[in-house]
Amino acid sequence: MKLIIAYIQPEKLNDVKQALYKKEVFKLSVTNALGCGQQGGYHESYRGVDIEVNLLKKVRLEIAVNEDFVQPTIDAIVEGAKSNKIGDGKIFVISLERCIRIRTEEEGKEAIG
Amino acid sequence: MIKEIKSTFLLVVLVLAVSTTAFAEDTKAYPAPATVESVETLQTNLNIVWTCLAAFLVFFMQAGFAMVEAGFTRAKNAINILMKNLMDFSVGSLAFFLVGFGLMFGATKGGFIGSSLFGLSEADPASNSWDFTFLIFQTVFAATAATIVSGAMAERTKFTSYLVYSVFITLFIYPIFGKWAWGSLLLGDDGQGWLEAKGFCDFAGSTVVHSIGGWLALAGAIALGPRIGKYGPDKKPKAIPGHNIPLAALGVFILWFGWFGFNPGSTTTGDGSIGRIAVTTNLAAAAGAIAAMFTSWVLFKKPDASMSLNGALAGLVGITAPCATVSPIGAIIVGLVAGVLVVLSVIFIDRILRVDDPVGAVSVHGVCGLWGTLSCGLFNLDGGLFYGGGFHQLGVQLLGASSAFIWAFGLGLVLFFGIKAISGLRTEPEEELRGLDIGEHGMEAYSGFQIFSNQ
Repeated sequence: MKLIIAYIQPEKLNDVKQALYKKEVFKLSVTNALGCGQQGGYHESYRGVDIEVNLLKKVRLEIAVNEDFVQPTIDAIVEGAKSNKIGDGKIFVISLERCIRIRTEEEGKEAIG
Repeated sequence: MIKEIKSTFLLVVLVLAVSTTAFAEDTKAYPAPATVESVETLQTNLNIVWTCLAAFLVFFMQAGFAMVEAGFTRAKNAINILMKNLMDFSVGSLAFFLVGFGLMFGATKGGFIGSSLFGLSEADPASNSWDFTFLIFQTVFAATAATIVSGAMAERTKFTSYLVYSVFITLFIYPIFGKWAWGSLLLGDDGQGWLEAKGFCDFAGSTVVHSIGGWLALAGAIALGPRIGKYGPDKKPKAIPGHNIPLAALGVFILWFGWFGFNPGSTTTGDGSIGRIAVTTNLAAAAGAIAAMFTSWVLFKKPDASMSLNGALAGLVGITAPCATVSPIGAIIVGLVAGVLVVLSVIFIDRILRVDDPVGAVSVHGVCGLWGTLSCGLFNLDGGLFYGGGFHQLGVQLLGASSAFIWAFGLGLVLFFGIKAISGLRTEPEEELRGLDIGEHGMEAYSGFQIFSNQ
């Protein structure tokens, strides 16, 4: 079982969701985040004065999957979020020790669904 | 001490003596010509004070529109909506002063178009002529029509394209129809329009202001197309909820407040009609809110706040034409029908016409403006169908409403498709998804807040 964490551009969320649905991945959670990597920042201004924006708005996806869904999920996220520009984002895959469904108290592979 | 009492006593005696002699004079020649003149001046000044106060109330409606539109749209586009509202008032004020006012109230050519009073050139800029009061009053009305459109075109319009549009509405589209219906209000017969000559009744502007704005909004929304994500692949509409219903409610209350300048102010006279018109206005607004609430309750199983708010506005728009000529009971009925109508219209435009109108502007202003105009023909105490007046007034109302539709919707299509062809009307999809605040204005409305800009 793996937990896939992906940071993507906020405006790519709809495309990524569509791509995930096509690969039959429906369960995910979405949060807002601030972050940056190579992107470095862009110009914003307030009343004529430049603001240095080095923490940019990102959207963080967390998807818990069984082994056989890991690669399709990664492929879907890349397909939805890629725009060949710096700032497209990153995907992290970490090992998931246990997964429990609260309603039925199932564990493991069944709980991930 | 004694001295003070003595001098006060003498003063009192003197005053009484003088006043009794004055009294005696009055009973000889009553009323004295000087008295009549000063009473007339007083009434004129009262009219000016009332009209100015009403104009300032209608100006405050701009804040109402800004809050309603900001509240019913998404946070990522809040700055864009506010800028559009700020600019259509500012651009409109200038355009109307320089050209529109003259086209609307100047000496008429064939009852179709005005030809004097451009930039108020006939008035001495140092004088305190009634023209100034009338101008400021009419300017805020023109700006009200202009700002209706920003709601229907929200969240996907290029800012520059919107600026171009706002010049045209107050420069030309609004004033010409205004001439037809209201041309004689300043110069009398010299300024009369062809529609008012036929007896068209639109006291405060259900058609002149609201329908014109509403049909232009429809044209703009059609030319733009729906927001991304509004319609699914099965063509069914998806809800895009507003981000701040409290702001929207504040906006509606401000509009309701401002409408007490819009309707009663249109008398431009300080007398008892103000109270009567305020009563009809308020009753219709309340009836509209209640009717919309119950309609949404029945259709959607829960009383919907945004529909009820729109219902209050619908009642206000509906009573705007007949406010001076119907009874309070008539006003209630107008409001009730408007409240039901607005809910049904929103559903119709959303689901059947598939035109994306983020705030319901077309339904509130276009459709209910049409209803308000027709209701003059039904409920007018003097000439309404239900009061024994026959079909004549109703016919004139229909003529006026349909010419408004053809004029505003037709010209709107030409204008918006023209802008679309020349410089583009809509923002790029990526910008629309990221939020117009960043794309068009380089800043965020809610800096430091975490907003879900897409879901």
